Amino acid sequence: MCVVVVVLSMLVFGWLRSLPGGPVSAMLGERQTPERRAALEAALGLDQPLPVQYAKFMERAVHGNFGVSTKVLPGEDALDVFLSRLPATIELSFLAMLLAIALGIPLGYIAARRQGSYVDTGAVIFSLVGVAVPVFFTAFLLKYSFAVEWNLLPVSGRQSTGVDATRVTGMFVLDGILTREWDASWDALKHLILPSVALATIPFAVIFRITRASVLDVLDEDYVRTAEAKGLTSRVIRGRHVLRNAMLPVTTTIGLQVGGLLAGAVLTESVFSFRGVGDALATAFREKDYPVLQVLILAAAVIYVLVNLLVDIAYAVIDPRIRTR
Amino acid sequence: MTQQTHRPSQFGGGSAEPLLSVRDLRVTFQRHGEEAFHAVDGVSFDVRPGQTVGLVGESGCGKSVTSLAIMGLLPDRGNHVEGTAVFDGEDLLTLSRSAMRDRRGSDIAMIFQDPLSSLNPVVTIGRQVTEVMERHQGLSRKEATPKAADLLERVGIPDPKARLANYPHQLSGGMRQRALIAMALACNPRLLIADEPTTALDVTIQAQILALLKELVVDTGTALVMITHDLGVVAGLCDEVNVLYGGKVVERGGRHGLFKNPRHPYTVGLLNSIPRLDAVRGEKLSPVPGSVADNLPWTSACAFAPRCSNAIAPCTQETPQWDGDEVVGFRCFNPMGGPR
Repeated sequence: MCVVVVVLSMLVFGWLRSLPGGPVSAMLGERQTPERRAALEAALGLDQPLPVQYAKFMERAVHGNFGVSTKVLPGEDALDVFLSRLPATIELSFLAMLLAIALGIPLGYIAARRQGSYVDTGAVIFSLVGVAVPVFFTAFLLKYSFAVEWNLLPVSGRQSTGVDATRVTGMFVLDGILTREWDASWDALKHLILPSVALATIPFAVIFRITRASVLDVLDEDYVRTAEAKGLTSRVIRGRHVLRNAMLPVTTTIGLQVGGLLAGAVLTESVFSFRGVGDALATAFREKDYPVLQVLILAAAVIYVLVNLLVDIAYAVIDPRIRTR
Repeated sequence: MTQQTHRPSQFGGGSAEPLLSVRDLRVTFQRHGEEAFHAVDGVSFDVRPGQTVGLVGESGCGKSVTSLAIMGLLPDRGNHVEGTAVFDGEDLLTLSRSAMRDRRGSDIAMIFQDPLSSLNPVVTIGRQVTEVMERHQGLSRKEATPKAADLLERVGIPDPKARLANYPHQLSGGMRQRALIAMALACNPRLLIADEPTTALDVTIQAQILALLKELVVDTGTALVMITHDLGVVAGLCDEVNVLYGGKVVERGGRHGLFKNPRHPYTVGLLNSIPRLDAVRGEKLSPVPGSVADNLPWTSACAFAPRCSNAIAPCTQETPQWDGDEVVGFRCFNPMGGPR
């Protein structure tokens, strides 16, 4: 796992250094001359060979020092930029995954049980649309209809202006609950609905389809017939014999989708001006804020690896065949 | 365990009322846009209390479908079941779903062919045994657990208490089949249907499982329907044998009569295709030629005629009628050993 992170850090480092423009051009802008360029490169250590630069970068990174943000929050520590944006994205991703799982698994089960029915066909088409339509389009569509046209939900941001809320964790809904400021919590939740629905579309569609396929497979298994032959109630057959086995591939899928959420968050957060990690990543990219970019990309990689580790652990918990091997 | 129930020594079982009486069972599979296929085409047989009845035939003869139809375990769609299967005065085929659920696992239990795939891989053996008792006897899991250990011990699983916590993949093939049998016996069923219970096991284990089934049937007085393609199994276990071909019973008899004096050429073919230890070395086995794919429709011929060494003109022109009664008989125009 550590190997994965180190290799990723090398890739990120090398890739950012190879981009045209680079930090020096970005900092000097139109005022650059060859002399100024050389001076700044020397000052920043960019004239040294890449491996040396990488070693220095890693040395500082291990101490939590990734440099100072140039554009996203000028003057702020890059790591702090990431940490300050993280709670918003966790809150958004959590709600989005919750929606995707809470809808995807039951719908997948029902569709499989009634294979070929209108419910099944409808759900399959709906999930196809969910995967096919780009997230930013879904986001714009939701924003336009629910926020602009019908004025049901807030257009953008995380909290209405004028709401005075105490901050504890940085997750606004949770903060409101912890401090019993129910209005603030409710207001933050309303801001979360549209972005999380937009972000949930793809994970929902994927989870739905995998659940459906997996349940169809399991329903054909001999042990489900054995369970029927025992005269067990349909509730026990559904939970203990069908879903528990069908959830194995679904768990992997959920893990992969959590890892992929950040990509969706970049688009969703940008559309809804939701100040999270995805929005910071988009800004940092546009404005060539290299220290922030490095932190964010590395963090995304670490989160992805961690989630996969969690999936492996979860797999061992639900599948005894892996545990005893 | 010492209770020895009355067991008919010869086929028939005398005057005892049948426990299960299957009459004219038909199962038709109809796929969208395809021609209907009669998997079971008018099967009738009786099972009396304490009796072991064999359903014998090669793959595709309808023996498994017969058992699944009786158990109400055929898929919901794409099939049509007709006829009656009266168990204890009730026609199982017309029972409601929930009434049938109440019978399955308690009054009628079933053992399947492949013990590994028939056990849930992510649930412990103990839970898979106790869940039957929880469902049908209203026991709590705690109350059912010691009983489950007793059951495992009774089917010959060593160290039963420790085995309760095992998962199916941790047991050997023979132990898995024993565990499946324990599940089937959990609620003392009056009828046990075993669908090729030894096919997936190696020979020594087969013999152990058959011996176990025989012992359990004697001890508990459970009636057993044994579905198999193996006449060797039948010879060792069954009181009465029904030979199925193309969805119909083509011959029926007590095991002694059937083995000594088989009438239907298909029964003879099956008997001849068993390897024998006392055969002359180098003598070739004589399998039944062709396959079920060659079958003629029963409506206008004998389905077995194209594969039959004894076929005569009427065999390809009209349906052979049943010649006999509920206890013994055959369906053939030109039976072995001359007309009855």
